[in-house]
Amino acid sequence: MTSLTRRQLLRGSLISGAGLFVAFHVPRKVRAAPQPPAKQPPNPNAFVRVAPDDSVTVLLAHSEMGQGIWTGLAMLIAEELDCDWSKIRVEHAPAAPVYAHPAFGMQMTGGSSSTWSEFDRYRTAGAMARAMLVRAAAAQWKTDARKLRTGNGYVVRGKDRLSYGQLAVAAQAQQPPRSVKLKDRKDWKLLGKPMRRLDSPEKVTGKAQFGMDVRFPGLRTALVARSPVFGGKVKSFDPSEAKSVKGVEQVVQVPTGVAVVASNFWSAKRGRDALLPRLEWDLGPGATLDSAAILQGYRDKAKSKGPGIAAQKGDAEVALAQAAKRVVAEYDVPYLAHAPMEPLNCAVKIDGGRCEIWTGTQFQTMDQMSAAKIAGVPPENVSIHTQFLGGGFGRRATPSSDFVSEAVQVAKAAGVPVKTVWTREDDIQGGFYRPLFVHHVEVGLDGKGRPVAWKHTIVGQSILAGTPFEQFMVKDGVDATSVEGVTDSPYLETVPARLVTVHSPKQPVPVLWWRSVGNTHTAFAMESMIDELAHASGRDPLEFRAGLLAEKPRHLRALKAAAEMAGWGKAPGSGRARGLAVHESFGSIIAQVAEVSVDGDKEIHVHKVACAVDCGTAINPLGIEAQVQGAIAFGLSAVLHSELTLKDGRVEQSNFHDYRVLRLPDMPEVSVRVLESDAKMGGIGEPATAPISAAVANAVYALTKQRLRSLPLRLAVA
Amino acid sequence: MQLNVNGTVREVDAPEDMPLLWVLRDVLGLTGTKFGCGMAQCGACTVHLDGQATRSCVLPVSAVAGRMVTTIEGLSPDGSHPVQKAWVDADVVQCGYCQPGQIMSAAALVAQNPNPSDADIDAALAGNICRCGTYQRVREAVRKAAAQRRASR
Repeated sequence: MTSLTRRQLLRGSLISGAGLFVAFHVPRKVRAAPQPPAKQPPNPNAFVRVAPDDSVTVLLAHSEMGQGIWTGLAMLIAEELDCDWSKIRVEHAPAAPVYAHPAFGMQMTGGSSSTWSEFDRYRTAGAMARAMLVRAAAAQWKTDARKLRTGNGYVVRGKDRLSYGQLAVAAQAQQPPRSVKLKDRKDWKLLGKPMRRLDSPEKVTGKAQFGMDVRFPGLRTALVARSPVFGGKVKSFDPSEAKSVKGVEQVVQVPTGVAVVASNFWSAKRGRDALLPRLEWDLGPGATLDSAAILQGYRDKAKSKGPGIAAQKGDAEVALAQAAKRVVAEYDVPYLAHAPMEPLNCAVKIDGGRCEIWTGTQFQTMDQMSAAKIAGVPPENVSIHTQFLGGGFGRRATPSSDFVSEAVQVAKAAGVPVKTVWTREDDIQGGFYRPLFVHHVEVGLDGKGRPVAWKHTIVGQSILAGTPFEQFMVKDGVDATSVEGVTDSPYLETVPARLVTVHSPKQPVPVLWWRSVGNTHTAFAMESMIDELAHASGRDPLEFRAGLLAEKPRHLRALKAAAEMAGWGKAPGSGRARGLAVHESFGSIIAQVAEVSVDGDKEIHVHKVACAVDCGTAINPLGIEAQVQGAIAFGLSAVLHSELTLKDGRVEQSNFHDYRVLRLPDMPEVSVRVLESDAKMGGIGEPATAPISAAVANAVYALTKQRLRSLPLRLAVA
Repeated sequence: MQLNVNGTVREVDAPEDMPLLWVLRDVLGLTGTKFGCGMAQCGACTVHLDGQATRSCVLPVSAVAGRMVTTIEGLSPDGSHPVQKAWVDADVVQCGYCQPGQIMSAAALVAQNPNPSDADIDAALAGNICRCGTYQRVREAVRKAAAQRRASR
């Protein structure tokens, strides 16, 4: 239950001419960078607008990028407001401090946090609006508000009823209640029910507007020629050929390269093609980068303890030396691009001391600050019109606001409104990758096959180094995102002697969070290693895990559910085998069983995935199922196909023909079971991506007895 | 140059080598057809050319003269095409960016093959990438749409 005091309101309710507009504001504790959610309870500040036409508009403090909050957060408000679900409209909120993330203190979308972080304030917003409508009805009927009830968009007294639309204007004058009592879970009508998406109609007709689709008179399109090598700088260029292309208006230098500004995309593309041979770069030290050499260097480093101590108990070295059996393994994962289907883009208009931005972003506050600095205006004069995101996966959440900053630079240099658009090649080769990582793991087992020593060395670039998040999330040389999934592993808790260390080498390659972040590699290493230990002890992988997780009822339940769904223990079809993995991330526990086969060309096929989910209270089971299916598909791209390599400083892949991702024929049949749970709500956008790599690798081992420790998984061709 | 788009003849002024995708988006303002890769690898730009699913990002507009172009905006006036209805019913979309292309590929399939097998569905939609991973529900929606079309005949 949440209560709000009147003092916490932002000048009571904001009155809009169109009706009731409930706005809660909160003490201005907007921090410059995120803090762990536990330190501060979520701040209730949400918006809902009830209009005379009975429509109820929900303003989203977070960005819709496919994860379904357009529907899920609206459900939170609708549940408490008792409105007519068919009258709900949703809009992205503008960029403003009031929309700061309740736990992270800035307006953003990420960390699989939108639903749990808004659970209280969105429901509270709905309850506040309902109370004000009820008070308006009570005033009109000259009765006691306590005698009235609400349902489906009406305030009701016996046979009399008034629609929310009829009450919207009068409700503006009502005092917001001192506090509201939220519904008991048993009284929920919407929450926990499978609800179809509210954004489907516009997305199946082509009407949904993404950043790429923004058009207005005078808006130009720009493509930027960027250095072919990370860190390179423009030395010189001759714009004459580019300018001779019909439709090209300007060729301007910006900090990241040279922008060709044209009346349309095709002219900008032709212009950039004409410019490239006449553009000289000072490439700098990035020109020698080679991902094979980086991998070898990391493997060498992983042999020795890293400078960052992430977890330590007992003496792992001594325990290893005394163990009955030692298992040593090394795992590695490559650089990966996010490759959202909508290439990056950002439209900017700088005019009259204001900067207006139209884009799909996960990081409004950061973008607002960055744009303000570049445009030379105060942050409050930067408006961000958030559009639907054609996929995010982390790429549209850059601490440096890379693509927004660049677009503001282009518009500033050109002096006209410009939409800067990336091609797919720009996206694949433009950096901000999931970093390449190596895990070196040594485990000692006792005579009964139980782990008694665990030495784990992780090598990879810090995502947060050099960003504003560093001060909060990098401690004593340990970037929390490099080690999450290892240091908090429930397996490790049971090991009496353990040491987890990390090396965070610097590279000129820009890196970033990629759906499920550190768990993309830590779950692969941990759940592969646990499988190796099970086999080394001659135990069934399910039984071995269950033994280690005996004190973790949620893990155990998920594991058993997935095993039961998959028919673990019963023989799969001929030529097939199953693998298991369980991993907790973003507060949710995911267990998966993958069923695989291998064809004559040694290609791995994943046929089925059984997935049990414990994400705490489930708001929209239909949305959860979609996120789990999608997260598994996203993970499978990296398990089976995707790899980004560098040679002579150049990224070797450029588009979907050589940066391969999962296609429809590769999609397994994913069955999802959402486990009933009263546990604290976790996230659902990312967690199911993490364990799929190990589930598949473990299945491949069960089938072939080949232990694959590198992603993407590739069997040796005889 | 004259183009027949969604049943209407439009006069367009565009260079002959400009891909149909950019004529649709930048000249005609039909932004439902999406840019995803620019080399016919992802299917986001799929339109119908005389009823056939075609990638518009590599198709010079000059090749389209005299042929019928249908985009997502022309599939139905109100989202009532059986494929669109099946898509809503199966709750397929996530970010939604690739979905016009997926729907155009699916609509061409069910128009030509009233009873597509799973292998037919895989083959017809293999060229449409979805990074959100909606594939499982795409398959379900195509089956539903095909069944609905059969039932209504």
